[in-house]
Amino acid sequence: MRIRVGVPPTHFRTPEYIQGKQGRIDTLWGAFPNPESLAYGGDGLPAQPLYQVEFTQSDLWSDYQGSSDDKLLIDIYEHWLEPI
Amino acid sequence: MTQNGHNHGDNAEYYSQRAAAIQALLIEKGICTLDDITTMADKIDSRSPEDGAKVLARAWVDPQYKKRLLADAESAFLELGYDLPETSPKITVVENTDDIHNMAVCTLCSCYPRAIIGRPPVWYKGLAYRSKVVVDPRGVLREFGTELDESVQVKVIDSSADYRYLILPKRPAGSDGMSEEELAKLITQESMIGVTQALSPEAVRAV
Repeated sequence: MRIRVGVPPTHFRTPEYIQGKQGRIDTLWGAFPNPESLAYGGDGLPAQPLYQVEFTQSDLWSDYQGSSDDKLLIDIYEHWLEPI
Repeated sequence: MTQNGHNHGDNAEYYSQRAAAIQALLIEKGICTLDDITTMADKIDSRSPEDGAKVLARAWVDPQYKKRLLADAESAFLELGYDLPETSPKITVVENTDDIHNMAVCTLCSCYPRAIIGRPPVWYKGLAYRSKVVVDPRGVLREFGTELDESVQVKVIDSSADYRYLILPKRPAGSDGMSEEELAKLITQESMIGVTQALSPEAVRAV
């Protein structure tokens, strides 16, 4: 899957360095209240499934100094994921 | 970086004034009481790296406990008397091995497994660590004096949401026969973030 690109007008937990990048879902953590709603006093519902997504470092940074096996793992809410 | 230029840890005076202003507003508007705030702060301050080290040292000596800790950290904490506050984010434990070295960061702010090891070190909240570790983790490891073989896979975990990551460092060579209490002294705050390995038994004896 790929991480969506966007700067919603709220507090969001998808750092810009990971937006638009392709990764692989590693773990489903369960569903959690959506921080984009919580941050502005909302109830966070519907809860969003939260996934740990794995990226290969050399896919994120073209000049990555390290092993081609090195990974970056980050937790991303489902509404930020899009199929490829 | 986020647009609002979050920069915790790099300008302590400004942030302490800001925190005081926010606290005053929360109380004035009746959102919470001073008591709520001090109770929560006391809860966080009641934990320290020694608490995490105690849990992780148990995992080194008891393979069954380690299994439970990696599968369900919060239940395993409870076995040793560590009850996480209801408001705490979830915590999970990740094991470093001969082949895989994990390190934790929060690139967005300062998310950290506070409910088990207390407040993070200042550098963890600083822009330098947060921006560099995702791009050049091996460079950061070297800055902390950590030498890793090229063949070891490095995994950076960005705790960007509802989970906090506590790293179980690799048990160092030469630590056979040490007591659980002695082993806990090898497990430092830095090693539980993953920027260093656990101390070697020689390093501790030399102190």
